[in-house]
Amino acid sequence: MTQQTPVSKAPAQGGAESAESKRDPRLLVTAASPKGWIEALKRNLRSGELGPIPVVIGLVLIAVVFQSANDRFLSPQNLSNLTVQIAAIGLMTTGVIMVLLLGEIDLSIGSVAGLAAAVLGVLAVKQGVNEWAAIAAALAIGLLVGLVHGFVFAKLGVPAFVVTLAGLLGWQGLHLYLMGADGTINTSPSGPISLLTQTFFVPAVGWGIALLAAVLYFVSVATVERRRHQAGLPYKPPVELLFRAALLLLPLLGSVWVLNQYKGVPLAFLIFVGFVVVLDLVLRKTRYGRMVYAVGGNAEAARRAGINVDLIRISVFGIASALAALGGIMLTSRNFAASVSTGGGEELMMAIAAAVIGGTSLFGGRGNAYSALLGGLVLGAITSGLLLLQMNTAVRFMITAAVLLIAVILDAFSRRGRKTHARGGA
Amino acid sequence: MSTPVLELSGISKTFGAVRALSDVDFHVGEGEVVALLGDNGAGKSTLVKVISGAHPADSGGVITWDGKPVTISGPSDAQRLGIATIYQDLALCDNLDIVGNLFLGNEKLHFPGTLDEVEMESRARELLDSLSVRIPSLRVPVASLSGGQRQIIAIARSLLGQPRVVMLDEPTAALGVAQTAQVLDLIERLRDKGLGVLLISHNMADVRAVADRAVVLRLGRNAGNFPIADTSYEEIVAAITGAADNPVSRRSERTGASALATEDK
Repeated sequence: MTQQTPVSKAPAQGGAESAESKRDPRLLVTAASPKGWIEALKRNLRSGELGPIPVVIGLVLIAVVFQSANDRFLSPQNLSNLTVQIAAIGLMTTGVIMVLLLGEIDLSIGSVAGLAAAVLGVLAVKQGVNEWAAIAAALAIGLLVGLVHGFVFAKLGVPAFVVTLAGLLGWQGLHLYLMGADGTINTSPSGPISLLTQTFFVPAVGWGIALLAAVLYFVSVATVERRRHQAGLPYKPPVELLFRAALLLLPLLGSVWVLNQYKGVPLAFLIFVGFVVVLDLVLRKTRYGRMVYAVGGNAEAARRAGINVDLIRISVFGIASALAALGGIMLTSRNFAASVSTGGGEELMMAIAAAVIGGTSLFGGRGNAYSALLGGLVLGAITSGLLLLQMNTAVRFMITAAVLLIAVILDAFSRRGRKTHARGGA
Repeated sequence: MSTPVLELSGISKTFGAVRALSDVDFHVGEGEVVALLGDNGAGKSTLVKVISGAHPADSGGVITWDGKPVTISGPSDAQRLGIATIYQDLALCDNLDIVGNLFLGNEKLHFPGTLDEVEMESRARELLDSLSVRIPSLRVPVASLSGGQRQIIAIARSLLGQPRVVMLDEPTAALGVAQTAQVLDLIERLRDKGLGVLLISHNMADVRAVADRAVVLRLGRNAGNFPIADTSYEEIVAAITGAADNPVSRRSERTGASALATEDK
């Protein structure tokens, strides 16, 4: 939720109470100039409102360190591989974020991803079902599994931790059972399943998407701010909106430029970012998203406000498992195979770690969809960099643990800052 | 006096073997603040729950709304009539901002399912202005507000449903002096807007400051109905405790001074 930047020239609403509707003198005014923005930024930093800044600084640090150790790290090929690699776990992370916003946890997403991979492999290869139908079936099974988790949690009152712990074991068991004697089921290298992670778009598509995203962003915020202005509410001036749109466009164009140096924008990454953007819009702009935050903030208050808390919980677990299943499909696609080990390894921990590193609170009610992208990039970059340096998994786990710990410490500091600086927070 | 907005007569409520309310009468009119007093376990909360629909009354009693008999068998019935209840634990979501909390469960939408933040913020601003509530930014999470501001937001939230009777359960219990004054100001403004207010409070000073009438319950029965202006503190305490023979009146007889004199200056 962004902080509104009020300006002093909001017109009075008229009537007897016109003095009341003027901006409150206690509000700090942000000047519509770069200097004013920097001051507002400093104010936010001091009060613990760090936003994505620590993660971005972390990413820059990671880039500098690995690039100086191995100059292939920032090469277009490595960065392009990185974006494809993070897509699968990133999709699982978006689901985890929904559950974390409720203040709950889902430990079963790795097993659900594995189950989806097994369903996909068995249907598409062994049973010879159409690959698209197999993908749909795997997603549907993921959704169903999540709804079962949600039902047991919300209606029967079993803690989500225990329900999904049972899921972690149970769905992995079903995964192994479905795989049967084969350790691996190889998928067709040219079918839709493989194309999910093997498709790259021609340069023009990438440029077009970047420009379109920035323009859509500008138009939508400009419309809202214009309405706020007309309604006499504090609003952001057009200059600031242009500045923000430019701030969005720059990294977009940069990414597209780098990706176009290699094979173009990968479909897998686009699917991942697409889900992140859609989830963000759902969470911030729709009634459903508001309900999710409300249930995560204070379930009793949400219930009294007439929100069907059980329905929200069940649906969130359903969405989380469906996204985990999509992650499993992506894993299958990238490995050209579903195997007994798909989703059974570090995926669960990495997905939860990415959400927390990206800035979603473990305590419910606070966080956003972009945590999946930022956290995924951090973990993906560390993995990719250490692989380039030929470090083994042991080192990678330790470094990832340190990053996770730093993220949680920053979160704790930020919570304290919010309390003392009257910003609120969970 | 004209017909009361809400009138209950002969209301009883039994929980198992316990008769929490027996034959209770109560009424509140437009622009009237009625304090509901009683010791712990006197049946105040039960009466509030009967009115709010959380615990419907046993059969036998009559509830009338604008003089017409009605039944309140659930919270939605009470809301439809125009009865709003603000419980002691405020039921706000700390992580949402003021606008989000005000409209929680009742969001203004434009396209199917998408929030109309501009409309909601304007309406919130209008509502708070009409109550002369001044809060710098409506976009701060309510966790950062003071206790009094939070209580005011909770009350304001209930007003969005255009209620005609508002029930407040211990609205000043956890508040400091200045914050209590803010909430009492707000109660007076509700009265001036023509709402009927039912106020549960243990704080006699608050009751005497804003209430027009005090209804006393004792052991689930009516124990008095006093116009505040011409009733002494001792009379009310006597009704609450069930006898003139109580430590407070004994002391005031002994010292000759009204305990009230020290209570509200």
